[in-house]
Amino acid sequence: MAEELVALSAAELSEKLQSKEVSSVEVTQAHLDRIAEVDSQVHAFLHVSADALKAAGEADGARKLGAKLNPLAGVPVAIKDVLCTSDMPSTAGSRILEGWIPPYDATVVARLRKARMVPIGKTNMDEFAMGSSTEHSAYGSTRNPWDFERIPGGSGGGSAAAVAAFEVPLALGSDTGGSIRQPAAVTGTVGMKPTYGGVSRYGAIALASSLDQIGPVARTVLDAALLHDVIGGHDPRDSTSLTEDWPSFAEAAKAGIAAGSLKGVRLGVVRELGGEGFQTGVSARFQEVIELASKAGAEIVEVSAPSFSYAIAAYYLILPAEASSNLAKFDSVRFGLRVNPPGGGTVEQVMAATREAGFGPEVKRRIILGTYALSAGYYDAYYGSAQKVRTLVQRDFASAFEKADLLISPSAPTTAFKFGEKLEDPLAMYLNDVATIPANLAGVPGLGLPMGLAAEDGLPAGLQLMAPARQDAKLYSVGATLETLLEANWGGSLLARSPMGKALRATESEKGAQS
Amino acid sequence: MSESHSLDSEQVAHLAELARIALTEDEIKKLSGELSVIIDAIAKVSEVATPDVPATSHPIALQNVFRPDVPGKTLTVEQALSGAPEREGDRFKVSAILGEEQ
Repeated sequence: MAEELVALSAAELSEKLQSKEVSSVEVTQAHLDRIAEVDSQVHAFLHVSADALKAAGEADGARKLGAKLNPLAGVPVAIKDVLCTSDMPSTAGSRILEGWIPPYDATVVARLRKARMVPIGKTNMDEFAMGSSTEHSAYGSTRNPWDFERIPGGSGGGSAAAVAAFEVPLALGSDTGGSIRQPAAVTGTVGMKPTYGGVSRYGAIALASSLDQIGPVARTVLDAALLHDVIGGHDPRDSTSLTEDWPSFAEAAKAGIAAGSLKGVRLGVVRELGGEGFQTGVSARFQEVIELASKAGAEIVEVSAPSFSYAIAAYYLILPAEASSNLAKFDSVRFGLRVNPPGGGTVEQVMAATREAGFGPEVKRRIILGTYALSAGYYDAYYGSAQKVRTLVQRDFASAFEKADLLISPSAPTTAFKFGEKLEDPLAMYLNDVATIPANLAGVPGLGLPMGLAAEDGLPAGLQLMAPARQDAKLYSVGATLETLLEANWGGSLLARSPMGKALRATESEKGAQS
Repeated sequence: MSESHSLDSEQVAHLAELARIALTEDEIKKLSGELSVIIDAIAKVSEVATPDVPATSHPIALQNVFRPDVPGKTLTVEQALSGAPEREGDRFKVSAILGEEQ
């Protein structure tokens, strides 16, 4: 029973909870047991909630009283450690915030609670979301559930791995340059970066404020859409939050599943997001998706976005510049670590000693880079130019969206690489985000979903769909159609073919045989 | 800007001082090499950033956002001080602002 529950999607759990076939306490206990069983190997969690069963009991109680509840009421959810939770430490993967319990909840966390979802724990991440592998977490790396010798992607490797290892059906992530979509790609899961401003960032520990966006992490497109419905919408506490009413993303995903066809959809293949630098097996799977989409009625058009070649360069100027400013708040005064230099010192010396001890190498690297990019004499050449590239990237998107409804590309150039492979070469690490960064620079939404296994290593490859700003619903409907078509070809989900997915099914059938 | 963009140790040390991070000598040396490689790669933004292209600071254009000037619920003193490394009474405690030589 418990194994069966952790294998179910959030939508399936929702049905069982609504029909009272299972209670939230049972569902939550099954996931807590699963975490206890596998997380010593996966290390997706930095903290497991002591109050999860209590929240589950409250959801059950509300249901018993006949309250009209959100479809996800009673479903467990993990929270990336970049988000403030008033009942759990929130460290953003950094020593400088070790043990810090914020005095308030992030808006998205408050919305989870209001929907009576069950926060089950905080997930691991690269320190302050700087990285593509979780190797920059101060608390040790998360391992990829497909192969424990490999990275789970980053920065949200913890959220993606937790979902891929069936420790939780849903998680929250944050995506500044691909931190939701790249981990989804290398773990065979689904992740969505909403339109900039579509989801509140109040209570998210900021990395680069003109790029950051919070979004859902899941095993299916419908599950991601259900969670997006819970967390999305205007928040007066985030001044970049968009004020419009959003359609139901779950309805969009359901319509996509029911449609089974892509007739009338123009998919734009971005010339610059493929070819050189992309692993053979990733490119091969991508070609198959294009053929599949074409057979399903989609019109495939090639589009060119020449300035995308400059996107990474612009990103690694804008991000460090904004991060160096955002991270100035870690001054050893109001929260977090304080290190006094030997013999004491002035407040500035205490701050410098604290930041030296509390920040890891990648954070220091980016703060120094950002300080340089913003310094007098270099500002125009670097930061100013990067902001112009941002305009060019937006123009490329605008002209591409004249020819196509959605853009399609691989979401990461390679499958999961081994630990240590790129750790000493920051530039190589930065190239992991080549396909995801343009969407952040332009503020448009991007959905990552699995597109199969690369032939050469048997590891998951990820597909990315991008839509014009505010058209997130289109991503869910087309994404759900593609997912349905792909799973029909595979004979089930991709994760069912992962070692952990297979082991779970083996345990289930063993139990079935015994009963 | 096709010339090489190296950052020497002295520059890195200065930037670290501005950023308030007490880097060690070894870190400064390592960062100087790494950052030179990174800056070389990202300096290419200037190739396409011609004067006729306007800058974008924010992906979705927004006007100034205001809220009604009405007092709302704020953190209590205890909540605000709950994460402080050191406090004295109802205040954050810090060490001396000025050093002896100042």
